[in-house]
Amino acid sequence: MTVAIKSGVRTVASILDNARSVDQIGAEERVSRLFKRSIKKESKMAVLQMTLSMIDLTTLEGKDSPGKVKQLCYKAAHLHDKFPGLPSVAAICVYPTMVAVAKNELKGTGIRTASVATGFPSGMTSQDVKLNEVRKVVDDGADEVDMVISRGHFLKGDYQHVYDEIASVKEACGNTELKVILETGELQTLDKVRRASDIAMEAGADFIKTSTGKVKPAATPPVVLVMLEAIRDYYYRTGRKVGMKPAGGISTAKQAIQYLVMLRETLGKSWLTPDLYRIGASSLANDVLMQIMKQSTGVYQSINYFSID
Amino acid sequence: MGQAKTKINFDSDWSYDPAPQATDFIKLQERYGLYIDGKFKPSENGRSFHTINPATEEKLAEVSEASEKDVNRAVRSAKEAYEKVWSKISPKERGKYVYRIARLIQERAREFAVIETMDGGKPIRESRDIDIPLAAAHFFYYAGWADKLDYAFPGRKTKPLGVAGQIIPWNFPLLMAAWKIAPAIATGNTVVLKPAETTPLTALKLAEVIQEADLPPGVVNIITGAGETGSHLVNHPKVNKIAFTGSTEVGKIIQKSLAGTGKSYTLELGGKAANIIFEDAAIDQAVEGIINGIFFNQGHVCCAGSRLFVQESIADELLRKLQDRMATLIVGDPLDKNSDIGAINSKDQLEKIKFFEKIGVKEGGSIYQPDCTLPKKGFWYPPTLFTDVSQSHRVVQEEIFGPVLAIQTFRTVDEVIQKANNTPYGLSGGVWTEKGSKYFKVTKAIRAGVIWANTFNKFDPASPFGGYKESGVGREGGISGLSAYVELV
Repeated sequence: MTVAIKSGVRTVASILDNARSVDQIGAEERVSRLFKRSIKKESKMAVLQMTLSMIDLTTLEGKDSPGKVKQLCYKAAHLHDKFPGLPSVAAICVYPTMVAVAKNELKGTGIRTASVATGFPSGMTSQDVKLNEVRKVVDDGADEVDMVISRGHFLKGDYQHVYDEIASVKEACGNTELKVILETGELQTLDKVRRASDIAMEAGADFIKTSTGKVKPAATPPVVLVMLEAIRDYYYRTGRKVGMKPAGGISTAKQAIQYLVMLRETLGKSWLTPDLYRIGASSLANDVLMQIMKQSTGVYQSINYFSID
Repeated sequence: MGQAKTKINFDSDWSYDPAPQATDFIKLQERYGLYIDGKFKPSENGRSFHTINPATEEKLAEVSEASEKDVNRAVRSAKEAYEKVWSKISPKERGKYVYRIARLIQERAREFAVIETMDGGKPIRESRDIDIPLAAAHFFYYAGWADKLDYAFPGRKTKPLGVAGQIIPWNFPLLMAAWKIAPAIATGNTVVLKPAETTPLTALKLAEVIQEADLPPGVVNIITGAGETGSHLVNHPKVNKIAFTGSTEVGKIIQKSLAGTGKSYTLELGGKAANIIFEDAAIDQAVEGIINGIFFNQGHVCCAGSRLFVQESIADELLRKLQDRMATLIVGDPLDKNSDIGAINSKDQLEKIKFFEKIGVKEGGSIYQPDCTLPKKGFWYPPTLFTDVSQSHRVVQEEIFGPVLAIQTFRTVDEVIQKANNTPYGLSGGVWTEKGSKYFKVTKAIRAGVIWANTFNKFDPASPFGGYKESGVGREGGISGLSAYVELV
């Protein structure tokens, strides 16, 4: 079945009409089968390094200071200098007030600056405040904007509002990349996750992202699978590649590898790049580094050998 | 069907390095005897055959071939054990032995899984996660019934039948042995079991476990051999009950020879199950169900979902997703934890599958196989789809027993019910829809022993299994499985 309407102009009604339902038990079974893939030796080393290059190193706390952000920016470019040849992370993800600091620190590193916006994390503020915030972080030099959807409107069934809001944020972003956070922990069902993914992509999202990290559960395997499948179906229909960003709750290399297996077997090779896949995490990098050192030396090193920021 | 412009590219810079299951702890004897009266003994005439690993064609062990005299010995031993011991001991004691076998299988699960995979070609992922745990579960389940038979059939008492002759196939060797032996001995019968000639090793390992469990000699006898051995067992006058799982062809021969003998029997035979996908199904999960339905155990499954019916409005989308999913299936070394599809069980079976491929193409079906490199040695066949076929095509009508799926589309509920029932078989089926009322309507209208809704190929010891029409007689599993081994008095 091919719907011959160009991306971005499908009405919300037609998105809902063509919505695919999701069977929770089936999705969980698929996940458990994917997680049985065994990654070893060279392929493990390659995947660990790939993981590092896909991390959005994140600090989103009320107590964040310019000093903390500067330290994190240095760490982003110098993950573990004792082991030469490691990639740097993809981006630093910060609050709007830290964008200028991060942008300045990251000059010349190739690492991108991402900012949360639109009243992160709840999104409970007026539309003009949200749009002003987006314009401000874009002015400050953010390369990427991570917005939150209005879950209240979504759960109420006012999908048009959600769609329009994403579309206007996209417009305010200009050429800045837009990631749309669905906050799947608040949407509750996989059917709703699927619907929110469809709306976000149609409204112009460059990436869809699971969570703010402030609500539990954050990224879970079935949720990520359903979002990847939504991305695939959207690609089938329009030919546009939307990126995926699981965030929150991913703190071990093992989890990150399992998500990559899911990505590889759902969307294939073209998505195995930081341009289309990111992991939002604050403590993942060090666990991946530990695993890399284990792979290359054969023994685990103490956590004290890895810098915290 | 519609050709896609946008294609998912499943080539990859990083592949899965081999993750083979270790086999160094597996101890196989060079030569196995027949397990009769609690001891391993060579066949009376010294004849034997060898069993190979279908993934490598290497010989694994030499196995004795039971002659008529050996069958007589085994039945005599079962009869004596029945009369002198097994029908006399208390049900609680019987239960203890069955529990002990269950626990020993669990303890040696990894060993059983590896041998099952080596001897039969199925991926270790399946033997480890499905075959062996389910086999243990069957022993646990029926062990529980052993001392509660008075409550199984309200108002009736049960009486064991005597000696059960059991013949099992090569697709789930240990699991089928468990399906047969557990209810038989828990209800007080004794057993002579014959595993298939291509996959005798886990049954012989089970004989070791039974020996270790100290089961009284003769309660379970395991004899190896081919069709001739089986026929001696079926025709033995002192056998009171025959339980057979295998092809419809052999089932018919057995049923004929049992006519008028007074022996009771259960037959679990072939199938050509309809797997029906409605337009309101959760499509991605249905795709997974189709994959599990037909490619599980290389399609060597009597209840495989080998006839796919897709509602026309979603046919293009579903086929595209199915083909993309098939591109990620890994066909190869069954001992590798990453293999999804293992080796075809035998050369004969591979030839049969290829024969049907030729027929399908000759009759005008369109064939689809994903790109995959098959190992040079051993017996291999890629996952295969046939489209542009109808109820009149042989690949739709006949049981292929391989990873070959025949796909048809339909428009209305009535049409698909009619087509689903348009087969001599009636073992299983699947219905996929998000609408509860629809799957109740459809599952009731399809004449098959097991029908799954929004899932496929799920098994549980508490759930009865068996067929209508040419798919068999009688039920195994659950309470129904008890009644196949007792007389109600």
